[in-house]
Amino acid sequence: MSWGEGIASRFKPGDKVHVAARYPVRGHIRTPFYIRGKTGVVERICGRFHNPEELAFGKCDGPEKVLYRVRFDQKHVWPDYHGGPSDKVEIEIFEHWLEPAK
Amino acid sequence: MNHDDHEGHEHGHAHDHEPHAPIQAKEPEGHYQLLADAVRELLIEKGYFTADEHRAFIERIDARTPALGARIVARAWTDPKFRQRLLDDGKKGCAEMGVDVVVANLVVVENTPSVHNVIVCTLCSCYPVFVLGRPPDWYKSAAYRSRVVRDPRAVLREFGTDIAPEREVRVHDSTADMRYLVLPMRPKGTEGWSAERLEALVTRDTMVGVAECRLAS
Repeated sequence: MSWGEGIASRFKPGDKVHVAARYPVRGHIRTPFYIRGKTGVVERICGRFHNPEELAFGKCDGPEKVLYRVRFDQKHVWPDYHGGPSDKVEIEIFEHWLEPAK
Repeated sequence: MNHDDHEGHEHGHAHDHEPHAPIQAKEPEGHYQLLADAVRELLIEKGYFTADEHRAFIERIDARTPALGARIVARAWTDPKFRQRLLDDGKKGCAEMGVDVVVANLVVVENTPSVHNVIVCTLCSCYPVFVLGRPPDWYKSAAYRSRVVRDPRAVLREFGTDIAPEREVRVHDSTADMRYLVLPMRPKGTEGWSAERLEALVTRDTMVGVAECRLAS
């Protein structure tokens, strides 16, 4: 298969995206705190999946959301990062947590 | 669980207790064990599955070991077309080898002279159980999960793995529906080896990315 083939998505591989800096108090959220508010590049489209934020509360019939893998520079994620200059971290993030990066 | 405790305590003086004494834990169960037991019993009572189906499921999980992943890696090392198919679609690649990737998909990430990959799940402990078996305790520890994403090179050094400064370290955080498998680099000096012989070099830790495959010295 070709990743993301036939999936209508807001972003494409290579697009620069910004992770929303939202901090809801409650919920089963799969966007780690350390990546909120950071900017990365879409690496691939993983497919469409039920929203874990709804599944965790028993809502299994909600609309599916596009899931992406997004690549970030470690030096951007951790300002005091002392590994290599090209080190990366890649994370799966759902579409409703992403915005186009300016 | 109870059975393990019993064995642990009774070994060495097995003749001191009656042959048919009930299997009992010496210490009370913890909160999460009690919760898990209660949920399991309720689901059985309500007919979602039977006790035997539950037992068989655990048995199936425990039958998966890193030998499955090693077979897949060794084939990828010796069959370039398979390697490409595996990198393009991990689920289909595993299916070719008779391994059912139970989840949505498996992302296979390849180590090269310029990139080293390592896997973590910072939110919980997602792990490719279907190709590696159950995860080691360190993989589930808060220390590994929080530190490998923040300072991967230092954590890898603690595992005895020094990544050259010019190589990129790429951490994969399994935050949602994918699972990850590292395709390690084939060691030098193994030219002409059969896939069967190569399998022995591929260990669990090399497929998580905290170690590299090497020839036994």
